[in-house]
Amino acid sequence: MSSVTMDKAAPTRPVKYGSMSRDRTWALRWSYFFLTLFAVFSLLPPIYMLITSLKSSAEISAATNPWWVFHPTLDNYVGLLTSNQFLRFFWNSALVSIFVVTITMLISVPAAFALARMRFWGSATLATGVFLTYLIPDSLLFIPLFKVFALFGDWTGIQLINRWYVLLFIYPTLTVPFCTWIMIGYFASIPKELDEAAIIDGASWFQTLTRIFIPVALPGIIAATIFAFTVSWAQFLYPLVFTTSTDQLVLPVGIITTLIKGDVFNWGQIMTGALLGAAPPLIIYAFLMDYYIAGLTAGATKG
Amino acid sequence: MADVALQPDRVGAKQPARNRSGLQRALKRKSTAAFLMTLPLIILITLLVLYPAFYSLHLATLNKSMQRFVGLGNFEFLFKRDTFWLVVKQSCIFAITAVFFKALIGFIVAHFVHNIPAKGQRKWRGMLLVPWVIPPAMSTLAWLWLFDPSYSAFNYTLSFFGIGPIPWTGDAAWARFSVILVNVWYGAPFFMIMYLASLKSVPEQLYEAAAIDGANWWQRIWYVTLPMMRNIIAITTLFSLIVTFANFDIVRILTAGGPLDHTHIFATWAFRIGIEGSDIPLGASVSLFMVPILAVAAIFILRDVNKRGNES
Repeated sequence: MSSVTMDKAAPTRPVKYGSMSRDRTWALRWSYFFLTLFAVFSLLPPIYMLITSLKSSAEISAATNPWWVFHPTLDNYVGLLTSNQFLRFFWNSALVSIFVVTITMLISVPAAFALARMRFWGSATLATGVFLTYLIPDSLLFIPLFKVFALFGDWTGIQLINRWYVLLFIYPTLTVPFCTWIMIGYFASIPKELDEAAIIDGASWFQTLTRIFIPVALPGIIAATIFAFTVSWAQFLYPLVFTTSTDQLVLPVGIITTLIKGDVFNWGQIMTGALLGAAPPLIIYAFLMDYYIAGLTAGATKG
Repeated sequence: MADVALQPDRVGAKQPARNRSGLQRALKRKSTAAFLMTLPLIILITLLVLYPAFYSLHLATLNKSMQRFVGLGNFEFLFKRDTFWLVVKQSCIFAITAVFFKALIGFIVAHFVHNIPAKGQRKWRGMLLVPWVIPPAMSTLAWLWLFDPSYSAFNYTLSFFGIGPIPWTGDAAWARFSVILVNVWYGAPFFMIMYLASLKSVPEQLYEAAAIDGANWWQRIWYVTLPMMRNIIAITTLFSLIVTFANFDIVRILTAGGPLDHTHIFATWAFRIGIEGSDIPLGASVSLFMVPILAVAAIFILRDVNKRGNES
């Protein structure tokens, strides 16, 4: 009995004063340690791209320390940026992305406005349908789409397969549903009083959209634009299926099909091409990170 | 009430000077304008998503030259092939393992980022999101080079620790590991960002209350953080499950399904059969097998999204 009271009197854990702040300091140190570890893991491939892109073929095949450049050279960059073929890929990619972004915004902004503000027969169903379309992946549709475009060519004589502009019809299926969906969320968060005031002042629906909604929801529109651009720049499956001639290829497919010649991998050039291909999204991300992240999280948090 | 609703018509009839045609009046009407605004969207979805989706059901019932109706013949043929079952197994292993580790790493990293002072968080978040920003086709090339059989930078580093050359993409088990590793590398930042956004929305008072009640860090996570984040975790996981299950780029570039079909998943195998093997109906049948799991995930996401819509 007495021993029990003794136990109670003496705490099993030694009480340390100031342990709270010491715990905090240690938690912070561990956080930084693991964050550094994860950051190294995240940045390893892009950094390795950069290292390899600065090496000559001779240095790569000499199998010296792969993590260091002994004789840095810009030959790979010069080689690619003066090659008409590579510039053609870059140009095709840029054209496709810019057109797709334009088409996407022209379709999704009015549609999102109508779905967010003008209730009409079937509007709720259509909004749900848009969201479901966003969940349909490219790998489910590429075979039937290929066949559909082949049949279209047979019927009308307009050959779209193996032309870069066929991608302008296909990419919107990936970008429009998501952009419409997040724009519905942004438009719905605009107070009703704003557009009511505009209507009372005699604005038409179109004026309400262009004068009120687009300026107010500009952050959302920028986020949607960035999303549409990154998706069309990065898309790999559709151009691989729909385009084969080297003058019609976009960047990702072009690098993979032309720089890999048989079993000879020209790794210096491949890494340079990959880095140049990754550059536009990375630059946009570096300057517009907050919009990028807003668009990323909006898909699931706006509903 | 009825008078008010009718008034525009009456005004129009009384003032023929304005001379509004029926079409113009219809355009003024709210529902017509709304319909016209959504028309391009409806056309796009109908022609390029819904029609191909149903067309693939039809395609799957044709023979290789697409001239004869074979009913369920393609499916019977698939069920008898060992490769098909291998692909089913691999797709499930790939999607479930990759999503699990993406979610786990994303959760851990989000906590570390949340832990450090707010001033530095932006910088770390910026660095950690880079894998998600680089087009996967480009970054997978870097991984392919890191995994190169003769010049692998990983094997070079590991050789200093006496670990023999690892056949990253040459051996079936290692190839599966590599493919999953690259997918986790690519997808974990997305989870991190989503979890971080949701961590920020957990009220600080809840943690204070838990700390006063003597909860340790594990109890704080289990009883406060996880219940508060349940919705985001569910939605993000389901989203990622769809995307990972339907992944094409990474497997295609890293292993192209090899060695001996041991890393093929539905998308890459459908591409191999349907486009490279030009057996379009069989390829369509293979990709149709993705539909059930995608549909289940989509139903759950939709339920969650609607629930959140009703709450707010």
